[in-house]
Parts: sequence; C-alpha cells; structure tokens
Amino acid sequence: MVEILEGRKTQVFEKGKDGFEISCGKASVAGSVSQRACVFCGSRVVLYPIADALHLIHGPIGCASYTWDIRGSMSSGPELHRMSFSTDLRENEVIYGGEKKLRAALVELIDEYRPKAAFVYSTCIVGIIGDDVGAVCASVAAEKGIPVLPVNSEGFKGTKKDGYRAACEAVFKLTGRDNLTPVSKFSINILGDFNLAGETWIIKEYYRRMGIEVVSCITGDGRVDEISRSHRAALNVVQCSGSMTYLAKMMKDTYGIPFKRVSYFGIEDMSAALYDVASFFEDDEINAATGKLVYDEVSTLLPMLAEYRRDLEGRKAAIYVGGSFKAFSLVKALRHLGMATVVVGSQTGSEEDYNYLKEITDEGTIICDDTNPLELSRFILEKGADLLIGGVKERPIAYKMGIAFCDHNHERKEALAGFEGMRNFAREVHDSVMSPVWKYSPARIAARKGEDE
Amino acid sequence: MLLRHTPEKIVERSALTINPAKTCQPVGAMYAALGVHKCLPHSHGSQGCCSYHRSALTRHYKEPVMATTSSFTEGASVFGGQANILEAINNVFNLYDPDIIAVHTTCLSEVIGDDLTQILNKAEGDGQIPRGKKVIHASTPSFKGSHITGFSNMTTSFVDHFAVNSGKKIKQINILPSFIEPSDMSEIKHIVEELEVKYVMLPDTSDVVNGPMDGKFRMYPKGGTTLESIKTMGDSITSFALGRTGAMAAAKLLDTKCKVPCDILDLPISLKATDVFVDAVRTAAGVPVPESLMLERGQYLDVMIDMNQYTAGKTVSLVGDPDMLVGMAAFCVENDMKVLHVISGTAPGPKFERRIKEICGEDVIVKSGAQADMFYFHQLIKNEKPDLVLGNTYCKYICRDEDIPLIRMGFPIYDRIGHSYFPVVGYRGGLRLLEKVLDVFMDRQDRDAKEEKFELVM
Repeated sequence: MVEILEGRKTQVFEKGKDGFEISCGKASVAGSVSQRACVFCGSRVVLYPIADALHLIHGPIGCASYTWDIRGSMSSGPELHRMSFSTDLRENEVIYGGEKKLRAALVELIDEYRPKAAFVYSTCIVGIIGDDVGAVCASVAAEKGIPVLPVNSEGFKGTKKDGYRAACEAVFKLTGRDNLTPVSKFSINILGDFNLAGETWIIKEYYRRMGIEVVSCITGDGRVDEISRSHRAALNVVQCSGSMTYLAKMMKDTYGIPFKRVSYFGIEDMSAALYDVASFFEDDEINAATGKLVYDEVSTLLPMLAEYRRDLEGRKAAIYVGGSFKAFSLVKALRHLGMATVVVGSQTGSEEDYNYLKEITDEGTIICDDTNPLELSRFILEKGADLLIGGVKERPIAYKMGIAFCDHNHERKEALAGFEGMRNFAREVHDSVMSPVWKYSPARIAARKGEDE
Repeated sequence: MLLRHTPEKIVERSALTINPAKTCQPVGAMYAALGVHKCLPHSHGSQGCCSYHRSALTRHYKEPVMATTSSFTEGASVFGGQANILEAINNVFNLYDPDIIAVHTTCLSEVIGDDLTQILNKAEGDGQIPRGKKVIHASTPSFKGSHITGFSNMTTSFVDHFAVNSGKKIKQINILPSFIEPSDMSEIKHIVEELEVKYVMLPDTSDVVNGPMDGKFRMYPKGGTTLESIKTMGDSITSFALGRTGAMAAAKLLDTKCKVPCDILDLPISLKATDVFVDAVRTAAGVPVPESLMLERGQYLDVMIDMNQYTAGKTVSLVGDPDMLVGMAAFCVENDMKVLHVISGTAPGPKFERRIKEICGEDVIVKSGAQADMFYFHQLIKNEKPDLVLGNTYCKYICRDEDIPLIRMGFPIYDRIGHSYFPVVGYRGGLRLLEKVLDVFMDRQDRDAKEEKFELVM
C-alpha cells in the first residue's frame, strides 16, 4: 500500500488484505489536502435549488462568491436561487456585530424580490461574533409575513454532513403549513434529488407514468408552496441518503410519513426504486404501470449499453464521490459496462456504507474515506485505473495522469439519473475512455511499450 | 431572462451585496503562494475555505491546485487553532515534503485571534520545523479587502520573510506583478529577457498553473520563484511594482526593509503602458531596446491602425480588479473606444478613480468597494447599453440577457480557455486582445448587416 498519513490509516482499506473496521465521519486530519468542504457548503448545496426562496449568506463575501450558481440545479420557473446575496461583513461588523446589517439586507431583499420564504445562512464568523440570527429572522418574518429561516451552518461546526442536517432542520420548518390543497392518496415527496441537469424532471415523469402524484421535490426544482403541503404525502422517497435521511426521519416522527431509501443511478437501482415505491401503494394499476415502464425503458436501454460495453469491457474505474450511496450505484452501473471498480471512496460515508461497499466490490479493491489527491493518484496508479469518477477537484488530477474522467458531481452536464441517465453515463464514460487523445498520453504510451516487450 | 430580477432603476442599498464583483483574501493568497517554487499554501481555518479556494482556482485554470488546511473544529474555534497548525505542519512536512509552507489566515482564525507569529516562532524554537524548511504566514481576513489584497499580502509576506540586503548589490531588477494570469507573467518575463536584463519575478505562476500534460501528477510543478532568488531581491538595483493595488505593498517593503528603490507602474496592458514599462526597465538597467521588441510593438501598432475604423467610437463597460481595469481602460481608449463604466468590488482608494478618469475622461462612471457589484453593473448597463463588456465569467448572465458581446478578462474565468496560455500584457498581448475585440465586433457586423451591406472584404 502507498504511504498514508498516520492519522488516516484506519480510513483506507484494501478488500481481502486488511481487516475491515473503517473509521469515518471524522474531521479531516489537519494538514491534509482534503477534498472535503464545510458545514456551510453542505447546507448551501442542499437548500439552494429551492428556486422561489431567497438565499442570503450572512458572512464575509467569500462564502457567497464561491457558491454563486455553482451547481447546475435547474428550475422550471423562478430563478431567484441563481442570484448571490451576501451581507458582505466587514471589520466594523466583526467588532460591533452584524445583526443590524443582516436586518437591513433582509428587509431590502424581501421588499425588492417578494420571495415565498428566506433562508439565512450563518458562516464561521457569525458563530464567533455571536449574532442572534434567529431573533433577527423571527422579527423580519413577523414584519414581512413570510417564513425567514436561520440555517445554522457555521463552517467549523462539523463536516458537510452536519450542514445537511442544518439544512433539513431549516426546510422542515416550511412543512406542515398547507392543509387545504388536495393531495392524492397515491402521493410521494422526492427527497434528496437536486435536479442537476434536469434529473428531477426525469424521475418525476416516471412517477407520473406510474400514476403517482409527486407533492414536492426537496429540493430539486423546489417550491416553497409545495414543501408547505409535503407533510400530506403518503410516502417519502429519499435519494442521496447522506443529505436528506434526517428530514425523512423528522417527517416520520412528526407526521407519521414512512420513507424509503432509493438510488436513481444505474439499471438495478433505478428499477428497484420504482418497484419499491409501487409496492408501497399495493395498487394493481400502479403495479402494472410500473412493470410496463421498467420493461419499456430497460428493453430500449440494454441494446444501447451493449454497444458501449463492447469497447469498455475489462477497463478499470476509480470512484471518489461525496456521498457513499452514489458510490454503490456507480459500482453496479459500471459492471453493466463491463468495468470493474478498483478504487472507491467517499467524503461522507458511514461505517455501514463502507461495509456494504466491501460486499459489492471485488477482492483487492481499495476502499477509502476522505482521501486526498496524493493518495488518490497513487491508488489510481497502483491499481491501473482507466477512468476516475469524481468532482471538480478530481478532474484535473485524472487528466494530468492521462486517464479518463466523468463528473458525477455538481458539474455534470448531462442527466445521469434514471434510465436515460444511465445511457448518458455510459456514453460519457465511453467517450472519455475511448477518446483518441489518450493515444498521446505518456502513461498510455509507456504502458503500450510495456505490453509490446 | 436569468437576471429578470434586476430592476433598471438604481436604488441606494445600505447593507447588501448582490452578485459580488470580488471574492475574499485567502484565494488571492493561495494563488500568490503557488507562484513560489515548492511552496504549499496552507489555509488556517475550517476546511470549507480551503476546498472553495482550490475549487475556484481549479475551475479557472483547469489544473490541480494543491493546498492544505488546519481543519478547524468547534474545539479549535473555542480554544484557538495552535494545536491544529502544529499538527498540520508536522503532517505536511512528513507527507507532502514542500520546501515552504505558506500559511494564510481566514476570517475564523482572525476573529478567534490566533497569533501566528508567536505560534510559528515557538514551533521553530521547539525544533518542529525540519532543518532547511520554512513556514511563513500572511494575515488575510476575509472581512477586509478582497482577493487582490490577499495576493498582495502573501507576496509581501514572502519579501518580509526572505528578502535580505546582503550589502552587495546585484545587477538585477525585481518585478512584482499584480494578480494576473500565468501567461501574462510569462510575457512580462519575455519582455525583460528580450531586453537582456537579469530579474527576479515574485510571484511567478507560469509553469505552475498552466503546466503541460506529461502523464504525471505533480504536487510541485516546475515553475515558481525559487527561495534562493527571493533572498537576492534585497540586493537588486530597483523594483517595479506592476499594479498599485496588488503589487505596491511588496515593492514598498523592499524599499523600507532592504533599501531597494521602487517604481510603481501600471500593468503593461496597452501600447502606452507597455512602452512605459519597457522604458522604465531600459533606463534602470541601461540597455537598448532590441529590434525584436520593436517588431512586436510595430506589429501591434500596425493592426491598431489597419483596423481602427472597426473599433472607433465603440462603447465598452468594464468590471474586474483595479490593476487590470486601469490596463483595460487604457487599451480601450488607445483603440478609440469609449469606456462607459468601470466597476470593481475591490476598494483600491481614491487614486484609482483619479487614474481611471485621467485615462477615460470625466464622463466615465467609476465605482468601487461596497455595493460595486454585478447587480449595480447590470443596472448601469440597463441605463446605457455598451457595445462590449470586458469582465469575468459572471458577466455572462448580463450579456446574455442584454445581448452584448463579452470578452472574458480577469478572475474568475470558468467557461473559456486561453487566458492561462495567451497574454493580454505587452505588445503581443495587446495584439491578441485587439484580435479578440475585432472578432467580436466584426462577427456582430456580419450577423446584423443587411444583405446589401454585407461585405466580403473588411
């Protein structure tokens, strides 16, 4: 195994070689080039797709600058979420407090944009200087007559996961407010899909074809009014387990709505998700519609995948993503393309998640929590991966090493969820792995020479 | 209409920034530190900051950007980050083996009051820093200044820690560029090399964030100013700061600390500013201007004259960072374009506004600092629509809504390539920029011309 920081040794395992008691969910070791972000980042990415709410970042300018429209969450209507609003705290407020500035900013914004609700994100120094964000929000809410919700997302208060939790707590306050609008008995909420590249729309359409009403999407293409009546849906369907399970649990405890965890990536997981939801309603029509949907979609998809598979068979992949649930689906999806996963890791996986990963991967696969570029590049080299699946910071590492890359994070350009997402995924992986550009990659040239000799 | 929410009427805002035209200090500090060879930037704060800055730089340069973090937790925020930084130093030298760790602070570590000078001195005294290795720091709170201030503070910190006056003058000049692209740093070096003058440039991100693909992932690419050469900066005959906001502080420090006199110039964007720079270097070093530079100058001038009718009278709005804006304005004016608006989120002081008005005339609207954001910029444009916008990627929302061509300049540029490979400084940079401007205007003319006015020869 490659050299690993002493404090990280229990966060990296090789299946078949090491004992398996991964430690995870801990803060990054000080001094590592961590690929992780902070609490604020977690809250911000989760809530941001609510398109008719105001998102005000209370802090110095950086936190607003770096999160301005960085995630391709699409909206079918209002696009207020794509603006960047900041109180731009300066030295003066750091000394005397930022409450006055926050209040003024909120009032100006609400008067100008008339949003349906407002989220106020606390950043690191707000937690230190001790602004009473809750009190400001409450008083503005009373004055303006809309929900103004503090998000307790001070960056240092944990990991990105804690940010998801803070986001769930904030969004939960929007639920339970509309008891009048009729809601079907065959109804669900889609939790944990963010409509990247229009993915929520794909999934929503599947449910429509099954005869199921989607009451709200939290938060992809999200709307405040829909969330207000979300508590009356019959079932919560949770994707991206890391970010939204907490909300599902709160809604279960408060409103008695059961929830199911699903994944929309890959053929098995996508089909299983739909069947799972259908079986919940115990309705013949829904069951029949679901069976037909899956049959139709899969029978169109499989021949297409076979074409890609011909070229990709036997290639190896490395995966490093934010949530571990996505990693599960990717391991399975890659198998459909004839590709084995040789390295797999996540920023926020739990022990349970890593145990599951161990079950579904082959002997010799490296499983890691919160890795860094140096480790990752060595794992890739050692295992001879042809492809890396990751996010923005991983892309140039893959390219510099001369291997293919697929963005399965905020910057995906094509929908990767659903059956058509699987086809897009296959095409993207195929196009990157098979690109003629790798003919000129020094690493490949060296490898070819090695084979010839 | 992405920005359907922007009203035409300009209202004074008291407390609010909408769509910022700046970002915070640490990212500038990180970028400056990448311009020193075998130096690893280190962010003293929560890990989100480091992640954001690396993402921002990665998106801009399409290159791996390495930096470490103190990974503050709730405990560190209560009891101080001393334990974190000491652990970090130990880990970083053990695993990543840089020659220098360049620590920059964040709003969090500034507010809780970590005294890095004292902490790092103690670490040095206790033998926690390996022999021959260096740890320096710069104070870069996000609630003061902007990314340009952070860049300046980190550059100044390198001078502060390493430059010495040995008492023996070296016949070389110091060049301190403001926050510019690696391609621009290369072009400035090219000019000085053509003049055959020995120099030290600090920082120098060329060959760091625009490196080649060679099949290896390198923590430390081949470029960057070396520690040895930074030390000699105290013995140089003179320093040139290229850009008042981003480069002056380091040059001034070389003056007060090492008695190296300094000259504060504009960035050499535009023929005139490049002439000034070439002349200043020539005079300081006592060298003639070679044919090769005269050729570059002549070619740019030739195109300026040939194509003058296509730029004459066109109106332009500029947004970006102060030092770049001065150059961009000069470029526009020398090509007979009229600058309508100049907006910078960074507050560079009153001299900036005076300088812009000197270049553009009294009619230009200049605003910087608080509320000088993209929202305001858009409102100005709604009131007077320019033929062209020069600014960073975020201008694309405005330009799409208002149907105005955009040429990307400044930081960040997330959606086009070229900026890290091709310069805008110097004569060759001027020629490139003019080509881009002409392409834009002439494409529009071809698109919009009536059939009978559609020309083959332009």
